Amino acid sequence: MHLFLQATIAGILIGGVYALLASGQAMIFGVARTVNFAQAIFAILSAYLSYTLFGDLGIDPFLSVLILIPVMFALGYVIYAVLLRPLNKSSAELGLLVLYALAIGIQGVLDFTYQTNIRVIAPAYANYSWTVAGYQIPEVRFFAFLLAVVVLGALHLIRQYTKLGRALRATSQNPVAARLLGVDVDRISAVGMGLGVASAAAAGAAFGMVIPFNGNSQYDLLSKLLSIGVLGGMASMPGTIVAAVILGVVESVVAATISPDWSAFSFLVVLFAVLTVRPQGLFGRQLRGEL
Amino acid sequence: MTALHAESRLRRAGAARAAAFMAVLAVLPFLFNQHWQVNLLVFTVMYAGLASAWNLLGGYAGYPALGHGAFFGLGAYAMAIGAGHLGAGAGYRPFLLVPLIALGTAIVVAPIARVLLRTRAVAFAVLSITVMFMVQTLAYNIRGLTGGSQGLALPIAPFDAATFERPYYFAMAVLLVVTVGVCWVVRTSKLGLALNAVRDDEDRARGLGVQTETVKLLAFVLSAGLTAAFGAVWAYYISYIVPGFAFDPLLSLVAVLMAFLGGRTTLWGPITGAVLVGPAQQYFAYRFGASQLYLIAYAALFLLVIYLLPDGVIPSASRYLDRARTAYRSRATRRDRPDQVPMEPVPPRGGRG
Repeated sequence: MHLFLQATIAGILIGGVYALLASGQAMIFGVARTVNFAQAIFAILSAYLSYTLFGDLGIDPFLSVLILIPVMFALGYVIYAVLLRPLNKSSAELGLLVLYALAIGIQGVLDFTYQTNIRVIAPAYANYSWTVAGYQIPEVRFFAFLLAVVVLGALHLIRQYTKLGRALRATSQNPVAARLLGVDVDRISAVGMGLGVASAAAAGAAFGMVIPFNGNSQYDLLSKLLSIGVLGGMASMPGTIVAAVILGVVESVVAATISPDWSAFSFLVVLFAVLTVRPQGLFGRQLRGEL
Repeated sequence: MTALHAESRLRRAGAARAAAFMAVLAVLPFLFNQHWQVNLLVFTVMYAGLASAWNLLGGYAGYPALGHGAFFGLGAYAMAIGAGHLGAGAGYRPFLLVPLIALGTAIVVAPIARVLLRTRAVAFAVLSITVMFMVQTLAYNIRGLTGGSQGLALPIAPFDAATFERPYYFAMAVLLVVTVGVCWVVRTSKLGLALNAVRDDEDRARGLGVQTETVKLLAFVLSAGLTAAFGAVWAYYISYIVPGFAFDPLLSLVAVLMAFLGGRTTLWGPITGAVLVGPAQQYFAYRFGASQLYLIAYAALFLLVIYLLPDGVIPSASRYLDRARTAYRSRATRRDRPDQVPMEPVPPRGGRG
């Protein structure tokens, strides 16, 4: 029981980081109407950037987020404006393929720049942990979770309470109607994509401290993100967050009680089982491709 | 010119093209008989076949499958286990397993395909690659059967060292001819029409009485079985397989790239794409020996194709030829009536729901 609870705590903490990454993806799905196959590599890219900022300039990984977020926001904005906007009228799959190709290209550049050795960002407090009522809480994971909660909260506030957020929601609900009501859909979509990629920046820096990575880790991360997206309903923020935390816990509990080898697989099985019963996922209705 | 005439002429042109294609496939390894050249041919022919097999589902039916690495790997592991039982000195016998492996994969995949095909478009792409990751994880974890991350070694075939690659080349070539044949039969049959209807508007097709579930399943199963056959020959050729390479998420992307480059929904497009990309990729791998460079090259080429040649080489070229021909004709007859200019073919829509 102790082991189970300990694993659940670890799972919730990492689930927060997944939730941040996946809600960025959900936001991108809303505005770009396609699944961002590059979301995982964006996280890895920011993990590498944070690694460099920490290693060469001694900037704390959590502070590096303040630099990474605007940089990655700009990257997302440019990618939408240059690559996705011209595709808007054709099929959604094409956007997906473009983003997938982009992910492969970024991985190539990263492998070239950093080689393929496994890295981990290791600040001084990397191995510290608190003990609360007999349970270990690693500091890094706790702060990573906290960072994820803060960024998620900020995203939520932007979406719900600002003019930009209203435009974003309108664009993802119905781009044609939004345009008719005076929303600059192209610009808002680019901003939405920027925000989605920026959330990958924050998640990536946190991820790089918790889990060792290299360019190829993008597939592992991508398969988790896709599972979260399918279970949570691609465009649903609350669904995504719930699914991400469930994934984190299932993964962590299976790793602790059965074997780490099967943790990824167990989740894929759950995913497949859910889809045989509910093709639209646990939440949301947009999954069948009626985009 | 009567329609009948035109049709028989078309059929003769097609038959001539098929004969020329097979003749070229047959002589290539004798024209280029260096080891590295034949090796390059083996891979180019394999990619041509994989891209054509992918096109059955991804092009004709418009289902953006990204998980064909799963079927390729299944074929490879089936071959590794089967050839392992046959033992050393098996020679040509493992090639006899290939049709069985294709059939077996097709049967095993059918129930999974049924679940996957309940989704469409982006969701289908996501799920198909998820299946790829699932099977890859299984290959890593069922160590008793697959050797886990250590991989499996296949018996080395006792072929003559001077022409060692040739049997594999011809196995791949035969599979390619079979694949193109299957594609041709599908295209010219009612199945092809039904798949086109599914691609254009699945709900309307179903409303009009097309057995959408059945035709999609058929396309999926054919595509998967053929992909597995190539995986089987590939495993025997490279004689040592590990999960990371046998179940490669990139494989589908490469097939998609080739199909798009040549022109998906066409018969010869994927092969054209493979001929353009395959040798370049092998050359990169040997010349620079660095996988990261070909990752970058793939991405760059893919983006170039999508933005500059969205319909692929073959449709673009034939449209250019058509336009040149009409321009020539209208000049020859000195009648320049713009209302008689033939309309451009409508570009195929992706398989949106």
